[in-house]
Amino acid sequence: MDPTGYPDLDALLPRLAAIEGLTPDALEAERIAILGRKQGALTALLRTLPALAPEERKALGAAVNRVKQAFEAAFDHLTTGTGDRPEAAAGLDLTMPGRGRWIGADHPVTRVTTEICEIFASLGFAVAVGPEVEDEWMNFFALNFPENHPALDAHDTLFLSEGSSERADRAGGRLLLRTHTSPVQIRTMQSGPPPYRVVIPGMVYRNDPFDPSHAPAFAQIEGLAVDEGIGMVDLKATLTHFVRKFFGPKTAVRFRPSYFPFTEPSGELDIECQLCHGNGCPACKQTGWMEILGCGMVHPNVLTNAGVDAEKYSGWAFGMGPGRVAMNRYGLPDIRYLYSGDMRLLRQLGGTGR
Amino acid sequence: MNVSRRWLEAFLNRPLVARDLVPRLAMLGLPADAVEPVNAQLAPVVVGHVVELTPHPNADRLSVCQVDVGGGERRQVVTGAPNVALGAKYPFAALGVTLPNGLTLEKRKLRGEVSEGMLCSADELALGQDHDGLMTLTTDAPAGTPILEVLGLGDDRLVLDVSPMRGDLLGHKGIARELAASLKMPFRLPAVPGTDPAVGASIRRVERRAARMAGSSALPDGLEIAVETGSSCRRFTAAIIEGVAVGPSPDWLRQRLEAVGQRSINNLVDITNYVMFELGQPLHAFDGARIRGGRLAARLATAGERVTTLDGTERTLSASMTVVADGAGAVGVAGIMGGGDSEVSDGTTTIVLEAAYWDPGETRMTRRALGLASEASQRFERGVDLWGLPDVLRRAIELTLVVAGGRLVDAVDVWPVPSNPPRIFLRQARVRQIVGVDLSLAAIEQTMVAIGATVLSKPDDGRLAVDVPGWRRDLTTEIDLVEEVARIYGYDKLPDDLRPFRAGAQVRAPIDVAAARVRQGLAAEGLFEVVLLPIGPATSDQAVPVLNPLSADHGFLRERLIPGLIGQVEANWAAQVRDIRLFEVGTAFLAGPSRPAETTRVAAVVTGAGAPAHWSDSGKTADVDWWDLKGLFERTVSLANPGASVQVEGGELVARLPGGQVVGRASVLSADAPPWAGPVFGLEVELDPAAPAPVPFVPPPTVPSSSRDLALVVPWSVSAESVTTEMRKSGAGLLESVAVIDEYRGPGIAPGARSLAFRLVFRRREKTLKDNEVDSAVNRIRGALEKQLGVTLRS
Ligand SMILES: [Zn+2]
Repeated sequence: MDPTGYPDLDALLPRLAAIEGLTPDALEAERIAILGRKQGALTALLRTLPALAPEERKALGAAVNRVKQAFEAAFDHLTTGTGDRPEAAAGLDLTMPGRGRWIGADHPVTRVTTEICEIFASLGFAVAVGPEVEDEWMNFFALNFPENHPALDAHDTLFLSEGSSERADRAGGRLLLRTHTSPVQIRTMQSGPPPYRVVIPGMVYRNDPFDPSHAPAFAQIEGLAVDEGIGMVDLKATLTHFVRKFFGPKTAVRFRPSYFPFTEPSGELDIECQLCHGNGCPACKQTGWMEILGCGMVHPNVLTNAGVDAEKYSGWAFGMGPGRVAMNRYGLPDIRYLYSGDMRLLRQLGGTGR
Repeated sequence: MNVSRRWLEAFLNRPLVARDLVPRLAMLGLPADAVEPVNAQLAPVVVGHVVELTPHPNADRLSVCQVDVGGGERRQVVTGAPNVALGAKYPFAALGVTLPNGLTLEKRKLRGEVSEGMLCSADELALGQDHDGLMTLTTDAPAGTPILEVLGLGDDRLVLDVSPMRGDLLGHKGIARELAASLKMPFRLPAVPGTDPAVGASIRRVERRAARMAGSSALPDGLEIAVETGSSCRRFTAAIIEGVAVGPSPDWLRQRLEAVGQRSINNLVDITNYVMFELGQPLHAFDGARIRGGRLAARLATAGERVTTLDGTERTLSASMTVVADGAGAVGVAGIMGGGDSEVSDGTTTIVLEAAYWDPGETRMTRRALGLASEASQRFERGVDLWGLPDVLRRAIELTLVVAGGRLVDAVDVWPVPSNPPRIFLRQARVRQIVGVDLSLAAIEQTMVAIGATVLSKPDDGRLAVDVPGWRRDLTTEIDLVEEVARIYGYDKLPDDLRPFRAGAQVRAPIDVAAARVRQGLAAEGLFEVVLLPIGPATSDQAVPVLNPLSADHGFLRERLIPGLIGQVEANWAAQVRDIRLFEVGTAFLAGPSRPAETTRVAAVVTGAGAPAHWSDSGKTADVDWWDLKGLFERTVSLANPGASVQVEGGELVARLPGGQVVGRASVLSADAPPWAGPVFGLEVELDPAAPAPVPFVPPPTVPSSSRDLALVVPWSVSAESVTTEMRKSGAGLLESVAVIDEYRGPGIAPGARSLAFRLVFRRREKTLKDNEVDSAVNRIRGALEKQLGVTLRS
């Protein structure tokens, strides 16, 4: 700012230039010293005006106000931090990289599971969980698995204890690592009266090799809805609704018969292949469809085993593999990538860039 | 199950197209894993019509033909075949075609004459042994027609994924029945080519008796059939046929089997395989002359009994397994595989055909114990048609008599405990409840008839009495029939509009809430979540073992999560990645008195740079250190187990509940580190499912605070924490917060001590503190520090 010709005012001008270098505490003290209503230097000067001749008063008054506005603008910039301050970036090349911080992410399978749980939460389902060590009754016999039947072959089981599997005693048998999250269906139904509406995420185990398409432990999610008057039409409607929320509103859906011991009638839900969109490709065995979940009406024996009146109540259940969904979503060619701690892969899948 | 499209066409007597067949079968519960064209390598071979034939000018044995290959095109072909004739039709393979023997045709000159393709013999097309001359096609089809069409060899092999409950779908008849139900049309067993009604009439009824079968030249004393109690045999039918001629199978039989991927062996073995793929019932053919002692019995094996199965392996049996034995010993493992000793061979003239029912569960146990699965065991395990055995045997007899000749000597049916298929009552109201659509009783009845059931009576109470067909062992209760109604009605026809529902009374599992909170919090701390296998190598001698692991690498339940994460750190190092920040939320298992105790835990590892490199650090970004670990540990404990507090214990940090129980640990970790790696820090904390108590409201202060910085000389024997504790104690309620802001060691400070700077913030909530009040509080604190801890101001 140019000198004003008034020595008292010009004496303040170096302090105007020095404002930028002040610490916040010193800045406030300086603001009071210059602009303060009681002892401020400029305030003091303004107080002298009434004693001056009119022309003199007008000239000094204008000069004081110019200086005052300059100080106010300077203080405002520094205290609010806003405003256009091109001079603040002087000497900085703002094309230089900014300072980052580490970004993390939850696991792709967690993300898929969370999305599924959220969609079902909007349909009145609560998340239920249960132990990973179960006994044969909970894992198989309560769920209507026939003894010594090929249906058991799909569930090659990891056992933790020897012993007879007396199903007559309705409890116990050998300890094992659960082969599906379905025992939690039994636990839920044993915990209180219907209606039941739960989704059950969790880790399940199979005696499978760790190879590109198998893992001895993997994530599963199931759902269970039991009440009076629930039929297959509700199963189809709810799961179709879910699939369209999850994969997109225009996704083609196919509901076809299948077999599971714990449901009857049983079915599977296919969606249009996400790679070829129904035209047929190696991933969908040229069918244009991709199997996405297994489901069915809860078998009356399962309801009875869990202590629910199977004549009065009916319901449906479904199960699916969030890992399989994650593999499709991210195009992973080998299931073992889901068990990797490779930071490069996790950053890529986490979409965090770093 | 491999299925031939043309075989199904023979049942339904109508053409089928694989493109339509596959989705229709899927909608019946029979998805296809693959569709493979059969004889695909013959697809480019077409009918060639010889329209000009001249002797080769330079070779006596060769002829030059002008061949009409369709589409108005002609090719010149030079052939040495003696039977080539003007006006005849032969298979023509154009240039570029690869024949089944691997030969790819190229343009060439034979003694100066160009040959553009080839007229083929049956041998060259793998359609027979005849390689003496061209394969003459007797057909009206115009030149250029694919020979697969002309010869009826075009077929598709559908690889179907059959439900373990549906043994009846392991034969073409069962699948044809499903298709007929879906297409609402009839189906019938295809006639045996070349059969004569007299042959069918000659097959007497298979008599049910426990008896010695009539004698024949190979079995002069007849054959005793015995079903011993305790064995897995429920019914045993057998037929003796003498005077058969073993030889190659006729083309139609060979083609059927090849279409489903079976190699043709000889006519008798092929017949047993054909019947198995047609009706789903495995059969066995014995050489009558090699049955010792005039006896065939189904009996339990003796412990340690040995039998050499058809695959040439000697098997040692246990006393719970059932064998088929002759008078001298076991000749096969029941329901699984026959033995080599009594096998049909080229010299066989008398055969004994066996069709039996072996208990599914016992067959499965034996199969698993021997590790020996077969086409037969697959079917017996699912259950064959107990009531249909005589029909199967008659079919096999008819095929034998037509294909291999001979004379039926005797046929017998040994059925110790006869029974009927079950009768089930099906309520219309139950269908409405479970399926959710209203179907008339008549519509329900139609679906039952379509699956082969007999609807016996129609009481006026909304029920049907349904006699289940014998091949449907899976139909035992009403709900099984409800499923059949829905399946045949069509899942695709069910509406999919959401109907009102009642919300469940269940609440979200607290541990799921806690796990989500921890995941979100640690991701915000810049860590990536991993999911690792909860089974691995033993981490201590207390680890819970898996009894039947596939490999020692996956032999034990993990007791802690940290070892798995260290493995991932090392894997990152191996990939030259230095900055690593990982966490996992999962289950750990500790051995317990009756069953392993499960806890949900979170573990994290951090190593490498504490922040992404930035140019302002001049390339010297600081590595993660103990203070990063402590901060991360405190954050994790507050997320995972908010009731616990972080304490120092020995050389590590622990999280301890007010009761004293340790629920978390954090420390520097040892790992197999390359020289360029940074130190690795890790932590593990047990999750508390209880929701953290809400923090009670305290109004934010309205009066200003005053702060004072103190530089103190603190002996190493005095911890920083004891200093701050003493400050709070002597601060008389005015000390709002205290923080360490600097540490200095070196010149000017006595050895055995360091200088610590603290920033103390004072505030009285009600009224602004005066300077002299703050000063006196500071003096009080200084006095207490000196008196209690020997801590003095740094001069
Ligand atoms: Zn596809």
